Amino acid sequence: MMKFVFGFMIIVSIFFGIVSGNIDEVSNAVLQEGVNAIELSLYMIGGMCVWGGILKIADKADITKMLSSLFKPIAKLLFKDLNFNGKAYKAISMNVIANILGLGNAATPFGLEAMKELEKEEKTSGTASDNMVIFTVLNTASITLIPTTVAMLRLKHGSPYPLDVLPLILLNSLISLTVAITLAKIINSIRSRK
Amino acid sequence: MNLSSYILPIFIGLILIIGLIKKVDVFSEFIEGAKENLKVGVEIMPTLIALMTAIGMFKASGGLELITTTVAPIIHKLGFPAECVALALIRPISGSGGLAVFESILNDYGPDSFAGRVASVMMGSTETTFYTIAVYYSVTKVKKTRHTLLCSLSGDLTGFIFSALLVRLFFVI
Repeated sequence: MMKFVFGFMIIVSIFFGIVSGNIDEVSNAVLQEGVNAIELSLYMIGGMCVWGGILKIADKADITKMLSSLFKPIAKLLFKDLNFNGKAYKAISMNVIANILGLGNAATPFGLEAMKELEKEEKTSGTASDNMVIFTVLNTASITLIPTTVAMLRLKHGSPYPLDVLPLILLNSLISLTVAITLAKIINSIRSRK
Repeated sequence: MNLSSYILPIFIGLILIIGLIKKVDVFSEFIEGAKENLKVGVEIMPTLIALMTAIGMFKASGGLELITTTVAPIIHKLGFPAECVALALIRPISGSGGLAVFESILNDYGPDSFAGRVASVMMGSTETTFYTIAVYYSVTKVKKTRHTLLCSLSGDLTGFIFSALLVRLFFVI
């Protein structure tokens, strides 16, 4: 899938850049975006290393075990045939907790670890497993108690009540997550029946 | 002062205190964990470079703008603020792009206008879908992501539609 998205986007951009006279900007983007990507990676890797370190401590002190048992009832609804004592589940639960606490930068490293462990545990080769799909979909919906960026920007632009949209944000996240997960579950069950 | 400035340090502090009580070698465990994630970070670099180049080229070519201006009038008829169409289109693709559009909506219409509130709800309740999917799968050998993108985008679309509905419902404007 990615090969089409990637190829199509670049070809369309070049064609459109020539037609619209923006080819200078397109050409600059080619040179600049790689640098931007490395810059972004450096920021991310810094955060990821700190969180990897903290998680390792939490893991050795059995804190992750504690937290993951809190999330288990919900996880049992979401994930089918997952080993709830395995490394994958531990990383999944830490990822969800970091997301809920609004620690987006912390959630990514846990999420990546979860994907690696899911791949190992479910022995998928080349094709995503049902649980991988559910987990990624879960992460493309944003479930956060306090969406800091939104609140900060609203405050910056002079809103007297920057937090008054919070209940709506949470409600909206839950609605869209429910739709996405339900759809994924339905497709999963159709395919497994075949 | 905001509450979330407390969450992070307290979270870390608690972990360290419990770790020390349980006699964990917190320093060398930290180093070990940091080392593992350094490797993961380097692994996702090429994916980021590829994606950001493609998206950057598309934005620079004016393609995104053209789509936005074409689609906006139709969407506006459906009761969705036209100003937020650009946000809905760019939000799943680019984190920094979404932030820039969000910022300009707050600036032009004010945070407590209809468009401002809808944009706030959209921004807070959705994610950079394409980026998340690409990065998450990039650490695995998976080539076929099956229905991941379809389900995620349905979630995003639901989120966009409901952001306007909910704001209409809860704030009388």
